Amino acid sequence: MAISRRTFVKNGVAAFTISFAAPAFLSDLARAQGASSRNLVVLDLTGGNDGLSMLVPYTDASYYSRRPTLAIPAGTVLQIGSDGSGKPLGLHPKLTGLRDIFNQGRLALIQRVGYENSSRSHFSGTDIWSTANPSNPAGSGWVGRYLAALPPPLDPLVAWNTTGETPHALQSSSVSVASIPSVNRYAFSSPNTGNEAVLERSAAVSIASHVPVDKPHIAFVGTTAQAAMATLDRVAAVGQYTPSVVYPNNGFGQALQAIAGAMAKGIGTKVFWLQTGGFDTHASQDTTADAGAYVRLMVSLNDGLTAFHNDLKNLALLNDTLLLSFSEFGRRVTENGSRGTDQGAASVLLALGGGVRGGLFGTAPSLNADPQNPTLENNAADVRYETDFRSVYAKVIDNWLGGDSVGVLGGNFRKSGIDFV
Amino acid sequence: MAAGDVLIEHLLRRAGFGASPGELATYSRLSYGQAVDRLVNYENLPDTVDSNIGQPGYVGTTSRGPFSPTTVPDDARQRWLFRMVHSERPLQEKMALFWHNYFATGYSKVAAAVRAQNATRLMAAKASDDPQKQQGQIELFRSNAVGNFRNLLVAVAKDPAMLIWLDGDTNTKARPQENFGRELMELFSRGVGYYTEDDVYAAARVFTGWNLTPTRGADLQDPNASFSFVYNANQHETTAKSFSFPIYADGSRTIPSRSASAGMQDGLDLIAALAMHPETARRLATKLFEFFVSETGPPDPGFVDDLATVYLRNDTAIKPVLQRLFMSPPFQDASTRFTRYSWPVEFVVRAMKEVGWAGFSVGSVLTPLVNMGQELLEPPNVAGWVLGRSWFSTGAMLARMNFASALAFNQKFNLAAAAAAARSSPRALVDFLTARLTVDLENDVYADLVTYAGAGAAWTGSDTQLQAKAPGVVHLILGTAAYQFV
Repeated sequence: MAISRRTFVKNGVAAFTISFAAPAFLSDLARAQGASSRNLVVLDLTGGNDGLSMLVPYTDASYYSRRPTLAIPAGTVLQIGSDGSGKPLGLHPKLTGLRDIFNQGRLALIQRVGYENSSRSHFSGTDIWSTANPSNPAGSGWVGRYLAALPPPLDPLVAWNTTGETPHALQSSSVSVASIPSVNRYAFSSPNTGNEAVLERSAAVSIASHVPVDKPHIAFVGTTAQAAMATLDRVAAVGQYTPSVVYPNNGFGQALQAIAGAMAKGIGTKVFWLQTGGFDTHASQDTTADAGAYVRLMVSLNDGLTAFHNDLKNLALLNDTLLLSFSEFGRRVTENGSRGTDQGAASVLLALGGGVRGGLFGTAPSLNADPQNPTLENNAADVRYETDFRSVYAKVIDNWLGGDSVGVLGGNFRKSGIDFV
Repeated sequence: MAAGDVLIEHLLRRAGFGASPGELATYSRLSYGQAVDRLVNYENLPDTVDSNIGQPGYVGTTSRGPFSPTTVPDDARQRWLFRMVHSERPLQEKMALFWHNYFATGYSKVAAAVRAQNATRLMAAKASDDPQKQQGQIELFRSNAVGNFRNLLVAVAKDPAMLIWLDGDTNTKARPQENFGRELMELFSRGVGYYTEDDVYAAARVFTGWNLTPTRGADLQDPNASFSFVYNANQHETTAKSFSFPIYADGSRTIPSRSASAGMQDGLDLIAALAMHPETARRLATKLFEFFVSETGPPDPGFVDDLATVYLRNDTAIKPVLQRLFMSPPFQDASTRFTRYSWPVEFVVRAMKEVGWAGFSVGSVLTPLVNMGQELLEPPNVAGWVLGRSWFSTGAMLARMNFASALAFNQKFNLAAAAAAARSSPRALVDFLTARLTVDLENDVYADLVTYAGAGAAWTGSDTQLQAKAPGVVHLILGTAAYQFV
């Protein structure tokens, strides 16, 4: 069958159709999608990560007075030096692997990232971080807009989402994102076998290729089906990947392994998305006991990211990747009556990869409860942002992905002093 | 097919989960108005669906040991799916699903507090089946499905599963817990932008003392525990609470300071004010429009206003709103058909009703639903599932297509037997199956189906050939973009 390529009509909705045949065509397309083989991995820590328990200001007396049960003892933190303001900082005791990566210069911690009038709603907060538009967080996602600006036609695996639902940050009217929560389940079944099944699959591909331009909602679903069919074989190849390390046996570890596998198999994906949850620690946060809620979060984060880093390093792929983690908000400075912390404002972002200029960026908050304290807000209840999150995005878009941050973010958010990449 | 049938099919897909051939025959004998009446005034029909579980002729269930929907979460899910397939009161189950998404309470957090058996009771037990007469949250929705919304809000505020889910059980006057108060305003009534942070703090204080017995620390895993709402006067914060919107008919925005013993009235006053607020009416009417009428375009503001007015004029009753909606000309207009993205649950139930279920089990639907992004009793967070296009990620679409394959395979002999009258040609087979699956296909999709039906060996119309081609065609139809809409 000859490979056909139909041009698509953008009526403000997804209406492109491409018929694919051989995998070779697809990898050519992937390689043509920009000269560089760099990719971005975005990690969403859902629930609102307590940055003050991850990057600990262990010499700040107010940290201990405002968190009588949650403050991590100074003697246990993993000291990683002082930031630009001279404040000594340490990582949570369980982040030993990340500490090693920090010492190798490949981990950046960007302090006090947030935005003005920080939302305390998980949903609005996530929408704001996803759209990079605090005043109108209902539209397309920032990653979706970056992808939409790439030269068409887009490879159906240009973005690879390891969760079951397309995250808001990747949503864009003209970009279909492959959502692959399980590589092994990402296959086409048939009620028949043998040649009959082959005929069915061929019919399914043809059916999915008919996109009624006058019915955009049907066109959208059809495009999704088409993207699914077009990516089956390539995703199956990732299922054959044998990692060079052992990943943690949990959803987070498995997602990281799939991402590494996609890189190892040269799929050509430009943006990967994964998430891990449980950070909404309103009660019994427990930052120190072995089975404590926050301790388990840090163990999972550390073990997963360390395995990922080591696997890619072994494959000589670390230089091609940048992992950026974010959360919809940080948490309040003072602990609450349930030995937890409530929704807060600014927090720490983490960036990891071969091209990262590691270190501590931004300045830590002073946790002094004086309402005049400029590093806190809301009557010194919350950490006040120093760096708008869009400046972090701008750095990634401009310096790492080679895109245009002004176009993607709808404004100039470039900022000096946070040169982690 | 007569024009009336197409309208009835549309009504049954929206007010219910589609129609089996038998149900279609029953409803097609009624006028449209009679059909709406039968659906909306469902209390006139028997609520006997549960007694059919395990009976021949109905879809099966799969359980380890005896079927225990009161205590085993997957059995509770299967019972609800069984009801969706077979209930004579489809609107009751459909509205229960709507409220389940609206008040999205997740089983896992409840189970973390009271363990699996009691969490299942709190989410799904029928009082008549439970030794302690526990009524699960889903049963609360079924009994209040089309009733008074203000009463539903009060019942939800007192519901044990909700008290655990939104931390009402830790809301005390010393440390007011904001979670429920915030979501009551952000998600359950007026919505984002129509309340302030001060309102949240005030609402938290309003509900101090609204608690649950037994308290944490008691043996919450005891399967004989009886969970119920209790108002702890000594935990109630008794100062006046001021809001940014009117609470009382005279426009006053302050709930007065009351004695602790009388303080439960604070919550009733706030809920009454929220339920009757025009912004709540508009927001709820919009959601009902998007659920029952259309979500492929912006909601019609005039229609939404009309529904909101009916809601307010009827003291927040939902039934008259639905009556108005189903009888409206826009709902009946052909342009409204297939303008709603089917939820995974709707997709699988409609498929079972249209394809057939004899020999199939709703247990086989549970994992596919997870893969499609909708595990019953486990919404992703308190805002519920994200609807519309969000259902259609590539993985979720493959999950739908693969479920279609499993159902078609399971039903292949039934389908071949039913299609025997259409064995004369590939085209006849496709015509028969597209009619049965109540879907509107584009010409080029239809042509592909006919091509597939005739591909491979020469057409004979033999039983063997039908047993391959009928499930094949059904699998393909269920996987079309068009079939994903109701």
